[in-house]
Amino acid sequence: MPKPPQPAFSDQTILMLAVRDKRDRAAFEQLFDYFAPRLKGVAMRSGLSSSAAEDVAQEVMLSVWRKADKFDPHRAPVAAWVFQIARNRRIDMVRKENRPLPEEIKMADDVEGDASQILALEQEARQLRIALGQMKADQRDMIEKAYLGELTHKEISAQTGLALGTVKSRIRLGLERLRHDLKGMR
Amino acid sequence: MSQIKHHIPEPMLVAYAAGSLEHPFAVVVATHVSLCDECRARLGAHEAVGGALLEGQTLEAVSASAKVAILAQLDEAPTGDLDPTYERTGVFPGPVMEALKGKPPRWKSVGGGVRQTLLYSKDDGSIRLLFIPPGRAVPDHGHNGIELTLVLQGAFNDKTGHFGVGDLEVADDTLEHTPIAEPGAPCICLAATDAPLRFNSLIPRLLQPLLRI
Repeated sequence: MPKPPQPAFSDQTILMLAVRDKRDRAAFEQLFDYFAPRLKGVAMRSGLSSSAAEDVAQEVMLSVWRKADKFDPHRAPVAAWVFQIARNRRIDMVRKENRPLPEEIKMADDVEGDASQILALEQEARQLRIALGQMKADQRDMIEKAYLGELTHKEISAQTGLALGTVKSRIRLGLERLRHDLKGMR
Repeated sequence: MSQIKHHIPEPMLVAYAAGSLEHPFAVVVATHVSLCDECRARLGAHEAVGGALLEGQTLEAVSASAKVAILAQLDEAPTGDLDPTYERTGVFPGPVMEALKGKPPRWKSVGGGVRQTLLYSKDDGSIRLLFIPPGRAVPDHGHNGIELTLVLQGAFNDKTGHFGVGDLEVADDTLEHTPIAEPGAPCICLAATDAPLRFNSLIPRLLQPLLRI
């Protein structure tokens, strides 16, 4: 009897796992080609020159390579993980103290992992991208500024109420899943 | 840690995810997340939003030489970007141990049996640990800005409610409150402000510059 078709992980997840588990340079090059222009775009939004923004993109991608062992597709889609690394790097740039990070929790013991969990997280990330694409331009603009570090905490509190509410309703499902997964890890 | 009832407000968690939260508050958020699966999951969801936004960004062409330069560095041993990691010690989660630089707190009396250890004091605010014996109160104070208080041991209550281990109180400048430690173990809290506190009675007010609180 033929096996039911196994749904495949996204290209990004496959590439990132190859970098993590096999130190696959060709896979890293593909991730570089995808993320570096976007990271450069974010850095230029904040007012950096083209060459300074390129330096930032390079550094973030180098961290992606070096910290690949911390990538866990059960907990974060690739883009969310790269976003964290870029965020941490930006904090390092503006301050001397170590950035405060939560304690790490252990990765799933099973190396194979739970494919359905990874796929569900990817699916939710796709839906999130679609939902963000459908937001009104001014709301989306506000959300981008809030999440890309261009607003202070006070500004987020004062200005983003409605837009943030829209995002919150979209991440509720993903939240349930993460919450469930974390319970299994303690 | 399912008893945690007071969590990180949404805008503060978004600011933390985005990296724009003031350092003193970021330490408290990282500590709360270390104790609270609920907020760890919420943070993960916000970071997923950040990832989705990153993917939707305008592309800026990266020069071929930049890629070549990075590929050439892949085999080099990393220098300087490996941070020391601090592990939970007793009631102090990793981020607090980091603020303590791995050493035990050096308590100083601030009167009334209350002790504190100052962890950080700069223009963007302050962080300290408070040690409050059962039944004792933190001197009555208001805030010029926001004060976050996270319980690490024991419990306190004030007019806004009961706060046990892992609970986070967010007090703004409209709140004049007197947290009182509940019976049992001494209450140990991590407290952070984005502006100096103001005390309502004369003596603490006079001591304030000396104590740097």
